[in-house]
Amino acid sequence: MSLEKITQVTGRGVYVPGDDIDTDRIIPARFMKCVTFDGLGEFAFADAKVAEKAAGRVHALDDARFNGATVLISGSNFGCGSSREHAPQALYRYGFRAIIAESFAEIFFGNSTTLGIPCVKMSKQDIEDLAALIEKTPTAQITLDLTENKVTVDDVDFRAEFSIPGHAREPLMNGRWDSIADLVDGLEDVKARVAVIPYLSAK
Amino acid sequence: MGKTLLDKVWDEHTVRTLPDGRTQLLIGTHLIHEVTSPQAFGMVRDLGLKVLYPNRTFATVDHIVPTDQRAEPFSDPLADAMVKELRKNCAETGVTFFDLPSGNQGIVHIVGPEQGITQPGTTIACGDSHTSTHGAFGAIAFGIGTSQVRDVLATQTMAIGKPKVRRINVDGKLAPGVYAKDVILHIIRHLGVNGGIGYAYEYGGSTFDGFTQEERMTVCNMSIEGGARVGYVNPDETTFEYLRGRPYSPKGAEWDAAVARWKAVASDKDAVYEDIVSFKAEEILPTVTWGITPGQAIFIDEAIPDPADLPEKDRATAAEAIEHMKLPAGTPAAGIRIDVAFLGSCTNGRLSDLQEVAKHIKGRKVASSVKAIVVPGSQGVAAVAEKMGIAEIFRDAGFEWRGAGCSMCLGMNPDKLVGDQLCASSSNRNFKGRQGSPTGRTMLMSPLMVAAAALTGEVSDARKVFGIS
Ligand code: SF4
Repeated sequence: MSLEKITQVTGRGVYVPGDDIDTDRIIPARFMKCVTFDGLGEFAFADAKVAEKAAGRVHALDDARFNGATVLISGSNFGCGSSREHAPQALYRYGFRAIIAESFAEIFFGNSTTLGIPCVKMSKQDIEDLAALIEKTPTAQITLDLTENKVTVDDVDFRAEFSIPGHAREPLMNGRWDSIADLVDGLEDVKARVAVIPYLSAK
Repeated sequence: MGKTLLDKVWDEHTVRTLPDGRTQLLIGTHLIHEVTSPQAFGMVRDLGLKVLYPNRTFATVDHIVPTDQRAEPFSDPLADAMVKELRKNCAETGVTFFDLPSGNQGIVHIVGPEQGITQPGTTIACGDSHTSTHGAFGAIAFGIGTSQVRDVLATQTMAIGKPKVRRINVDGKLAPGVYAKDVILHIIRHLGVNGGIGYAYEYGGSTFDGFTQEERMTVCNMSIEGGARVGYVNPDETTFEYLRGRPYSPKGAEWDAAVARWKAVASDKDAVYEDIVSFKAEEILPTVTWGITPGQAIFIDEAIPDPADLPEKDRATAAEAIEHMKLPAGTPAAGIRIDVAFLGSCTNGRLSDLQEVAKHIKGRKVASSVKAIVVPGSQGVAAVAEKMGIAEIFRDAGFEWRGAGCSMCLGMNPDKLVGDQLCASSSNRNFKGRQGSPTGRTMLMSPLMVAAAALTGEVSDARKVFGIS
């Protein structure tokens, strides 16, 4: 299986502030009544948008200035809660191609990587600076460079380092982010292992 | 240098190291349900692959099943289609399905242990984050995404990095009226909702030694709420006794051989941990959550904190919680009016949970202002509860006695909060919108605390309501 080699993501950003943004928030459970992931994009942050409106505020994803953003920026422990892949699927289908946050919940991180969405960690200060920058210039083009672990913004003097674990970075850069091909390669070894584990070999 | 249970299970199930450095880990037991599996079966088909070991995958339906009108077709066509899809996928691939008519259907994390499928020293995966529950048996159990469900179906393995192990000791005896649920809420309150990222939590100490298997499940269940994808307890006689004679437990000579293996898989006395955290059972009181993350918890005699008094990093989320919950800082936990009481879920929907509550509510009545529902975790639990007269006690008290499923834990089925109703819930997540209404409010607590709230119409100290001392 040959996949795109993801070394760089460039696009406009949108900042969704807050820590512990859980996967129920990203895609409420009632939208998971589906047997395919198609069409999930329009439900990303569905309830959060309504809640912001009710409180007399505008959710960042409803703010026309950030239409077409492909880089999502948020706080710490992003994607906690349910293991639903519907969450990164919804974000991907909405159009996001990279996520910058202070930290990520583990299952969400893995699910996103498998879909080819780099999730990179940046310091709180750098995130706040970047958020302030796009608030001022929503059209700013943000570039995540996985070869150098750096975020830069075109025409503006912004440079920040991010971190991403090697087990996600290498496969993204080599076009092997979906592990199924590697796993299938090991099938002979799998059978050999099954044969020697008592609870699996017993019939 | 000694090894942890995680080290031993990991080594045995390692197929090889992948080019990216992760382990190709054999998954001995795969559990699936209707919400996260249909796309995975689709992907397996699209890739021209097949289900490699259909005898190692077990299915049930839980998330979307209605708990009252259970005759098919369901009134919700989408829910109906999901059950039919799973039925078809299981029939086509040869996967065992604990279907609605089987009498064995239920929440996947209750069915696995009940059937004896969940065993020590095994690896378990399921497209559901509360798979950590199965760690109560000394299994290494992961919640996974749908692409990984595909990987496990097609290769019986997945790509994963080895977690570090944090040992969490709880020693001493819990006071009467304090439960396993309070223990895990207390742990999360102190270690944080992201404190466990990158870790497996190994729970031990005299409190855990004395716990029943079902109490251990309640704690392991919520490991993920503390950020830890895996939580486990070393297997012991309590574990073996629970498993003896269950449908999928080994029998005869195989049983003895299995027990010998299970004993050997426990962490060595001199096992090395990344770090160790200790709590005293005596310091834990009945606990309730007041906010929108499971870490926002207080004892029943405390009040909702002022965000200004919290560490800087917790303030914004606390302010957001106060806005959502419509409960100002300084509000005492005891006395908060509730609208709904929900008893169930994979955290606290087992027989012992219902038994404990029934013992105390006998002859008493749910407050007229409260809608109270009890949802047994499985058809098996429901059947035994009926036979023992537990169901009758609940009905007499004014609880609605429902059919098995996830129900109001996540509101993907007809059981949902309405508007900004406040629910006293024995489930595991208090996220905004979790119980089916975007403005709904959830307070997590032990089953007996839910019952106390149901009877009084407000969050109450169960020890006082039921005269426990
Ligand atoms: S009871 Fe709740 S937490 Fe458990 S599997 Fe069902 S929805 Fe998930």
